[in-house]
Amino acid sequence: MSMGMGPMRGAGVPVQKSKDLRGTTRRLFSLLGPEGFKLALALVLGVASVGFMVSGPQILGNATNILFDGIVSKRLPLGTTKAQAIELLRSHGHGQLASMISGMNVTPGVGVDITRMGQVLGFAALVYLVGAAFNYLQGYTMAGLTQRLMSQMRGDVEAKMSRLPLRYFDSHSHGDVLSRVTNDIDNLTTTIQQGLSQLMTSILTIVGVLGMMFWISPLLAAVSLVTIPLALVVTTLIAKRSQRHFADQWRETGLLNGLVEETHTGHELVQVYGRSAVTVEQFNRQNASLYGASFKAQFLSGMIQPSMQFISNINYVTIAVLGGYRVASGLLSLGAVTAFIQYSRQFTMPITQIASQMNMLQSGVASAERVFEFLDAEEEPRDIEQKTPLGLGAGSVGSVTLDKVCFRYEPDEPLIEDFSLVVAPGETVAIVGPTGAGKTTVVNLLVRFYEIDSGRILLDGIDYRDLTRDQVRGAFGMVLQDTWMFSGSIRDNIRYGKPEATDDEVVAAAEAAHVDSFVRTLPEGYATILDEDASNLSSGQKQLLTIARAFLADQSILILDEATSNVDTRTEVLIQEAMARLRVGRTSFVIAHRLSTIRDAHTIIVMEHGRIVEQGDHDSLMRAKGAYYNLYESQFSGAST
Amino acid sequence: MLLWRLLRTYLRPYYRQITILVVLLVAQTVGNLYLPNLNADIINDGVITGNLHYIVHTGEWMLALALIIGVFSIIAIYWASQVSMGAGADIRGAVFARVQSFSARDMNTFGTASLITRNTNDIQQIQLFLQMALTMMVIAPIMCFGGIVMALHEGLKLSLLLLVAVPVMGIFVGAVMVKVVPQFRSMQTKIDRINEVLREQITGVRVIRAFVRNESEAQRFDVANVALTKTALNVNRTFALMLPTMMVILNLSSVAVIWFGGRLVNEGAMPIGNLTAFLTYILQILLSVMMAVMVAILLPRAAASAERVMQVLDTAPVIVDPAHPVSPNATSGRVEFSNVSFAYPGSERAVLEGLSFTFEPGATSAIIGGTGSGKTTLLNLIPRFFDASEGHLLVNGVDVRDQAREELWATLGIVPQAAYLFSGTVATNLRFGREDATDEQLWRALEIAQASDFVREMPGVLDARIDQGGTNVSGGQRQRLAIARALVKEPSIYLFDDCFSALDAATDARLREALRTGTAGASVIIVAQRVSTIMHADRIIVLDDGRVVGTGTHEELLGNCDPYREIVVSQLGAEAAR
Repeated sequence: MSMGMGPMRGAGVPVQKSKDLRGTTRRLFSLLGPEGFKLALALVLGVASVGFMVSGPQILGNATNILFDGIVSKRLPLGTTKAQAIELLRSHGHGQLASMISGMNVTPGVGVDITRMGQVLGFAALVYLVGAAFNYLQGYTMAGLTQRLMSQMRGDVEAKMSRLPLRYFDSHSHGDVLSRVTNDIDNLTTTIQQGLSQLMTSILTIVGVLGMMFWISPLLAAVSLVTIPLALVVTTLIAKRSQRHFADQWRETGLLNGLVEETHTGHELVQVYGRSAVTVEQFNRQNASLYGASFKAQFLSGMIQPSMQFISNINYVTIAVLGGYRVASGLLSLGAVTAFIQYSRQFTMPITQIASQMNMLQSGVASAERVFEFLDAEEEPRDIEQKTPLGLGAGSVGSVTLDKVCFRYEPDEPLIEDFSLVVAPGETVAIVGPTGAGKTTVVNLLVRFYEIDSGRILLDGIDYRDLTRDQVRGAFGMVLQDTWMFSGSIRDNIRYGKPEATDDEVVAAAEAAHVDSFVRTLPEGYATILDEDASNLSSGQKQLLTIARAFLADQSILILDEATSNVDTRTEVLIQEAMARLRVGRTSFVIAHRLSTIRDAHTIIVMEHGRIVEQGDHDSLMRAKGAYYNLYESQFSGAST
Repeated sequence: MLLWRLLRTYLRPYYRQITILVVLLVAQTVGNLYLPNLNADIINDGVITGNLHYIVHTGEWMLALALIIGVFSIIAIYWASQVSMGAGADIRGAVFARVQSFSARDMNTFGTASLITRNTNDIQQIQLFLQMALTMMVIAPIMCFGGIVMALHEGLKLSLLLLVAVPVMGIFVGAVMVKVVPQFRSMQTKIDRINEVLREQITGVRVIRAFVRNESEAQRFDVANVALTKTALNVNRTFALMLPTMMVILNLSSVAVIWFGGRLVNEGAMPIGNLTAFLTYILQILLSVMMAVMVAILLPRAAASAERVMQVLDTAPVIVDPAHPVSPNATSGRVEFSNVSFAYPGSERAVLEGLSFTFEPGATSAIIGGTGSGKTTLLNLIPRFFDASEGHLLVNGVDVRDQAREELWATLGIVPQAAYLFSGTVATNLRFGREDATDEQLWRALEIAQASDFVREMPGVLDARIDQGGTNVSGGQRQRLAIARALVKEPSIYLFDDCFSALDAATDARLREALRTGTAGASVIIVAQRVSTIMHADRIIVLDDGRVVGTGTHEELLGNCDPYREIVVSQLGAEAAR
């Protein structure tokens, strides 16, 4: 499922389980170490905000009480005391009303104290405003905190990439590495950003609201508490089931998208091979099972909301009845009941959310774990501290010596054993062999992408181990079949090996590589922006650009791959000429495909199954009638007839 | 609006479900609106008069109502899920079937990648919107409207407050969304940019290290990282404003209700129980405004997706079967070009011009020429992926435009330039054109395609897994399996489009030798870049700029065709051209 499923993230990503939840969480928090103060600040702000927000309904309740008191007082005869009024009511048989009033603050005959109500309401408004301000400040602080953390983590990952040995990239699929450094970091950012502060608010709100509820009426609070386990059980029960269907939906979507991608990509094949009907049938089957899974997932997850609403309604009714009962008995004020109702409404929402927030954080931690795994991967051995100066002046002379070099990718699979070779400046070494014979292994060792196991390689007489990797690589120019371009202008791509080169130098290099005239036909010329995989160029044109790049970098040793596939005949001629010109005066290692190159090479290295099987010049190898002779005969017989 | 047209068409089969759904949602919302009213009754007629019996009785009634509301909502969700997921699946099926009927030209107008997105992600967007719309978009207006009615009922004068609170809420939520949505988009581009840089660092790791450019790459990354962090910070800070402000609006509305309502109660213009009910209603109204605005913000995205989906559904395939197809008498494999020209629609320049030649059964013909000379286009005319703009193209003696395409295709075996395998096994891929082929027939084809050796070594042999596109085998192996797939079909015409390019010279030579006997009796047409691949063909056609510049055998062309000589010299050296 390598295709872009990004936009579907929200639609029920299956929860990834982390292997070491606690360890990874602790490590994540330790990254926050330097920001500990800010985190504490956010927490304090959160507590303050919840505190204010939570006291709001209580204050509003007080205002209701003032109102209620006033209304009841108004009905009582003016001039009596509260006790007299109660006595009066009792004697008239209104026992119920009397006991209610006994719990109220009444002044018989006097109406609502509007001034006091106004003061209380003004205070409530202030409390809400301050609470909201704290809430905003908390969100603001958390945003800065998490963004800095994520920025730092992305930076760490990038820095790590340059310290990893090439072996790592060769042994892990690009897709896997890429998904760790992109998708996982993205996921982590989202979850930390949203999940962390929401979870914090949810928990604080529950604690605060519960506290207020107990303060107002322990009895009503206790009754409401019964609904918490009920809500939790219902949520987890439904969530667990729907999670399974979401996983199904996710899988079925992947399968269906795969089928769509495949069928549309191979559209013409499907038609010509008479598969249209079968494919449509296959699609309909897959579409039906996706429908089944997504229906169940949507339905089950959709049930959470009404279920919680129902529980919340039960709670509401219970409080209304019980509260009404107690107000009527004079044990509780009306304001307290209205406040309580508001609290109980605020209370079910965070409980419902906590479950999904936990899931979200869990998937974030799983992503963090994969990122940490990447950050913990073994790095290249460090470069030597003391630089040995190389050659005369800036560059190297171009002599390369391999002395009893041994190398294996796998410890128990012998590959290159006791390989010795002396290359004088300006000489050409051809590396030949069938596809997959391991010709790139030699390249990997020469430019020190891989470290040799034993023996030594000397550049201008200096052991590689006495040089930094950058010094070694700086001596080589490469034109590989992998014509990598980065997204940027053609000019910058050519300049890649020599960033300080002037525009004129770029043009000169392009001319030498026969690509200048082509570039000039483009509307933007050298300023043309190449997209990510340079799909706006043909593979031949890309190859010419890499040659221009090597021309400009002007190194004393070259590594060339002559293989040209998907290149039309005319461009091929250009490439061939450009490569020949590039080799003049430079030590060259050529992965050779052309007779002329091979025949003229000072040394030919013949490779088969990853190993070097023969070594010598053309004539001596032909005389030996070994692997080279056979290869030559089969490959080039066509040309000699 | 296209979204509307799309939904109207694809929701039609679900009208009954939608009717039930709406009824249930209305009932549920009305119930939810009635609950606070009952609570007001408890206070007015129960608490104030001290009537405990009334309180309990009303409580029971409220509980029953809550239960009914819950059951209704769950049934509503059931239908909503069925309708949204069902309609989504229907649209997906319709798009898929439509694309299946497309010709290569239609595929080109949209582009494969775009069609894939339209068939998958776009429909997902519509589905998501539908799910939301079917519940929230129904509930929100009813709740808002009902809430307003109830609020008016509880207190006419107090309802004037709504004239302030509702617009303030609507405008605020809308304004934040309008500000945040483009910011989110800009953040996404910045995430894409950072991922691009990282992807380049992975794919270009060899080049970066060879040119010692780690530091400048790190700088490039830093720039992208700083830009992303800045935008993300802005987005999240704007977002941090959203929730507190909404809470302030809600809470200040409550304060205002008690202040103004309290005075009304004091004047005796309104019973105190109605005040509590009013508080609940105003909260519900504001919440529904919030909901509606948020769904409305999602609308443009769904509308954009619907537009892209409708474009596909509204496109009639350019190339269709004739009304009365003619069946050729024989299927010998003769292919005849008679003065064929081809230009892409709207393009002035012809890609192919005045081509006349015949490919005879039993002969191998090759087409060679530079990039853009029209080789692949020529091949694409034979299966009618494109139609010639002028002239006639006859397969088995009948113009391809007069044949049923299924019948025409049955005679063809195509191996495209980019070898593409389907996910499955080696065997399912080989049987792609002939489901009833025996294992012996598969092995025969593999032998000819020089693929039997590596297939034998694969885990599971014929049942070895093949990933989508064939990415788990090498390029050369993929090409050979694609060739074997064509051979299993045993067509009378083979079209090989430069499909030997990933093979090394020795394998290429062996394969050509085996093909000679393996395809005996059929017409074989090979397009190639490499001279060595085609120099032994019975006839070579040299194409330059859409025109034939030479026809003949290798030897004949060396003598009389300069462009051909040039190619030979460049690839095989001057001595080979002698």
